[in-house]
This record gives sequence, C-alpha cells and structure tokens, in this order.
Amino acid sequence: MNDSFIQINGISKHFGNVKAVDDVSFQIKEGEFFSLLGPSGCGKTTLLRLLAGFEYPTSGNLLLDGSDITALPPDKRPTNMVFQNYAIFPHINVEKNVQFGLRKLGLTNDEIIKRVKDVLSLVKLEGYEERYSSQLSGGQRQRVALARALVRQPKVLLLDEPLGALDKKLRDEMQLELRTLQKEIGITFVFVTHDQQEAISMSDRVAVMSEGKIQQMSSPNELYKNPQNIFVSDFIGETNFLKAKTESKDGEYINVNIEDLGSFKIKNNLNINENASDVICSVRPETMMIDKEKSDWDICLEGKIKQTSYLGEMTKFYVETKEIEKIITVSSQYFDNQSFQDGKCFISINLNDISLLNKK
Amino acid sequence: MEQKNNTLLIYTLLYFAFLYIPVLFLPIFSFNDANYMSFPLSGFTTEHYEEMWAKTNLHKALWASIKVGVVASVVSTTIALFAAKAFARYKFRGQNISYGAIMIPFLIPEIILAVAILVIWLSLGFKLGLVPVTLGHILFCTPFAMLILIARIEGFDFSLEEASRDLGENAWGTFYRVSLPLYLPGIIASLLLSFIISFDEFVLAFFLTGSDATLPMYMWAQMRFIQKLPHVLALGAVIIVFTTFIVLLAFWLRNLGQGKEKAEFGIKIHE
Repeated sequence: MNDSFIQINGISKHFGNVKAVDDVSFQIKEGEFFSLLGPSGCGKTTLLRLLAGFEYPTSGNLLLDGSDITALPPDKRPTNMVFQNYAIFPHINVEKNVQFGLRKLGLTNDEIIKRVKDVLSLVKLEGYEERYSSQLSGGQRQRVALARALVRQPKVLLLDEPLGALDKKLRDEMQLELRTLQKEIGITFVFVTHDQQEAISMSDRVAVMSEGKIQQMSSPNELYKNPQNIFVSDFIGETNFLKAKTESKDGEYINVNIEDLGSFKIKNNLNINENASDVICSVRPETMMIDKEKSDWDICLEGKIKQTSYLGEMTKFYVETKEIEKIITVSSQYFDNQSFQDGKCFISINLNDISLLNKK
Repeated sequence: MEQKNNTLLIYTLLYFAFLYIPVLFLPIFSFNDANYMSFPLSGFTTEHYEEMWAKTNLHKALWASIKVGVVASVVSTTIALFAAKAFARYKFRGQNISYGAIMIPFLIPEIILAVAILVIWLSLGFKLGLVPVTLGHILFCTPFAMLILIARIEGFDFSLEEASRDLGENAWGTFYRVSLPLYLPGIIASLLLSFIISFDEFVLAFFLTGSDATLPMYMWAQMRFIQKLPHVLALGAVIIVFTTFIVLLAFWLRNLGQGKEKAEFGIKIHE
C-alpha cells in the first residue's frame, strides 16, 4: 500500500483576509479511512473541497497517486464526493442518478447496467431504481449519493459530513455500515465531520483541525490518550484541566506543582522544559474513581457532589473539592447519587492518567 | 369574527369588479350587432370577427408583433438568465448597484425610454422600423425576465451543479443535464411573459415603428374611424383571451416544481 497516496504539500486557501486553510501539509495512505475533524469554520470542508477541485489553493500543491492534480477541474479528477445534503438530482430517478457519472467513462451498455446493479446492491437499494429523491428517506438519499459516487470507482471517496442530517440511531447504523463498506471495497475515504465520536469510531487516522491548521494527526486511540495540545484534549472527549507549573525534569518524567495540590512526578510525553513554565494537566473523567471511602491512589481528595447526570451506561458526577476551585467531572459505572450521604465523597486520581499539556 | 370575514369578502369582490368589469365590456360589445359601444345591446353577431379575419393589414401587423415578441423574449430571457444566475449564485462587489441598473428600465416612464431611443437611433442615422422597436422591447422586457428567473433560481441548490462536475461533466454538460432542466419552467415562464409584454406594448412602438405597424399600433390607427371600431373590439377580445391564457400558463410554470412534487414535475430534456 502506498503511504503517500494523497500528498498535501503546503496548501493554503485564503478567502479575502480569512485563511481558511493555512499552510497544511500531510499525507494520506492508500485504502485508509481518514477523517478531518474540527469545529465549524476550522477549514476541514475547504480542505475537502480543495481535494475535490471545487476550490483551488492560494498556494501549495496536491498529488494523488503520484500525479499533480492541483490545477485539474473536478470533472478531471479521480475523486468523487458525497455531499452534505446529498445533492441528488431531483429531476431524474435513482437509476439515472447513479448512471449520471458513467456517461463519459466509455463503458458499453451492458457494463453500465451491471455496474449500476452491483452498486445498488452494495448499498442495499435494489428495487428503488424508479424512485425520485422526494420519495426517499434521508438514509436512502444518503445511499443514493454513496452509490452515485462509488459507481465511478474513484481512487478517493470524499465525504462531507454525510451523516449530519440523520437521526442518532440511523447515524450509528450508517457509521458501522460505512466502515464495513470501506473495508470491503478498499477505496481511500476522506471523511469530514465535526462529531468527534463519529471520527474516533470510524477512522484509521484522524486529523484534528482548528483555525486552518492541523492540530494533531494520529490514530483515534492516540488522539484520546495522548493529545498534543489543549485544543485537541478539549475537543476529543471530555476532560478536566488543572493549572500547574513545571519544576524539574527527571528523565522521562517531570516534576510539576499542581495548583493547590502540591508537587507530583508526571510522565513528560511532550518533552516539556523545566523552566518554571505554566502547564496544564488534563484528567479524563472516566480515569478517576469516586467512592465513599478514602483510597490509596496517588491523589485522593475529599469532595461534595454538587450535581449528577445519569447517562444510562454511566453516571457523571460534578464534584466540588476544598483544594480545587473548579468543579471536577467524574464518571462512574458503579454508584448512583443515593450511595453518598449528603453528597460526601472521595475522588481519586492516578498520576499515570494525567497528561501534561503546554499552556498556549 | 363572522362579520369581519364578510367585510373582507365584499372588499375582495369589489376589487375584482374594479379590475375586470371594464375589460368585460370588450367581448360583450364585440358580439353586439352595432357600430357603437352603447346599451341596450342590439343583437348577437359574429360579423365583427369575420371582418377582423379578412383584414390583410391586420395580418401584417400581427406577424410584425410576433416577430418582435419572439426576438425580444428570447434575447431578454437569455440576458436575464445569465444575470439572474450571477445574482443568485455569487456575492460580488457592486451587486446591489448592478441589480438596480438592470431594474431601472422597469421604473423609468416608458415615454422617456422611447424618446431616448428615438433620439439615439435617428442621430446614429438608422431608419425607424421593427429593429429599434425590438431593441426597445428587449430593454423593457429584461427586468421582467430577471424578476421571474431570480425567483426560480434563488433557493436553487447549487451543490447539484457541483455534484455534476464531480461526476465528470464539464460546465456545458452540467448546464445541459442539470441546470437547464431545473430552470426550464422559469425560462419558459419568462419567455411567455416577455412575449406578452412586447406583444401588448404601445408607447415604444408608437415612437419607433415608422411604417411597419405592430398590432397595438394597428389598433390605435383603426380607432380613428368609427366604422372600424367593432372589429378592433373583436381583436381586443381575442387578445385578452390569448394574453390571459399565456399569463396563467406562465405563472403555473413558474411555480411548477417548487413545491413537494419537484421530482415528478421535473422536465426531462436529455433523455
């Protein structure tokens, strides 16, 4: 497999004074499910549209499978797109929609019929050939859009928040289906989403974007466990931030003074210097323990539960402590509110679960 | 509550009466067996229609009006289509000013437009005739065509055009296979309304026709002779029916496919 199937080299896209994409470089592997994740306005859709050819970069170039596609119009690129609103042609039926892109490929009639039939069965839309867009549900439209793009057998499939318009249950189903489909056909997917859970659950790799720049690009697991900065840590999942100051380096570790809690030795993943700089400690709610009794964990704080929210598979507790000014969020599978008398509790943290981040 | 509704109903009826009663006199008197427009009616006849049909000058004028109307509607709809697409699709500097500039002929008194064209045309050394009338009508019809087409194109999902490009069609293929079929009801509505506006137009024609009369000019000329009035009434009645039909058709087309039944109503031209 080609590790630099798509090469994005120093791409910038400016709209007037706005730098929608700001000098971005990275590579996407062949056959990979790659996600561009970020809040709205972060440049992820612009980047996708640059790949599709709907926008041309202000600077930089794009290579696909070794050839430069920077200046090619969309109809000359071996990419196809699934649009956010699906963009199903309303004046022709499902079959004609799927056939639309085959006209210029020089196929025989029999080949066209076979391809359409195969792709409709792939997306489970057999029997819907005669329907029009207005007669389809959201999920079915999404499948038509997928079939219409896949029938051209593109080298890369670009997906622009294709699940955004679906309700939660259908979205979960389609996530799984898309993932299975992608593994089955082996086409490279570039998937744009603002939903971190979606990106994490589907992708081989995720690029987190903010303000036109890539904040971090790694596997979903890595993204969650080892965020490179505050933005990523905050955007992916939920977390508690504690202020701290670095003291002295100790090999792979560094001594930090966490505000109101004292000095601790924490793993220095980002290789932060010791010169008394301000840093942030990030602690995920599910790595902490909440209990009625004191524990022997590295840090154990007495607190009072201010509020709980029951989420089914777990409960979230919002805890006030004497030491820390901020309310701490802890999640737990074990206890409900009744287990604690007057909300009195202890929260425990292991130093291993603290990740250290540069303060920006 | 009930009373309020009645008041509104009466108002509405009065309003329609005000609009249409004068117009209704035309067909009524066109079937009246007399040379004067006055009550009581003196008997039913189709004689005026037969007389109208026999006039060769009228045929000439009708043909002139059709030629002018077809050219004016096609040209103004084409211009308006490009402009409407630009206004609906893009945001650009000077958008409001150019929109205003296109709409102004719509608001300038026609007589001023007519005099202006007349002066320019003659000072350029050209002869009066159907050509300057057609040019005037293009100018006059374009704002109407714009209003209709902008209404159609606004709210058009331009990602459909991107999807077509993405699926391998170039700009022309996209226009032909996606945009045109979806704009088509609006385009036809615009053609019909522009044609009718040109067909009924009098002031520009009055100043610019020279010796080639259009239909309204012909009617105006005939009305100077009292004995010729009845067949002009017959002609007027025919034109009212024809115009009403075209306008209703145009409005039906303009709204076509903008409701839920968009898909079923889409016009398939490339199959």
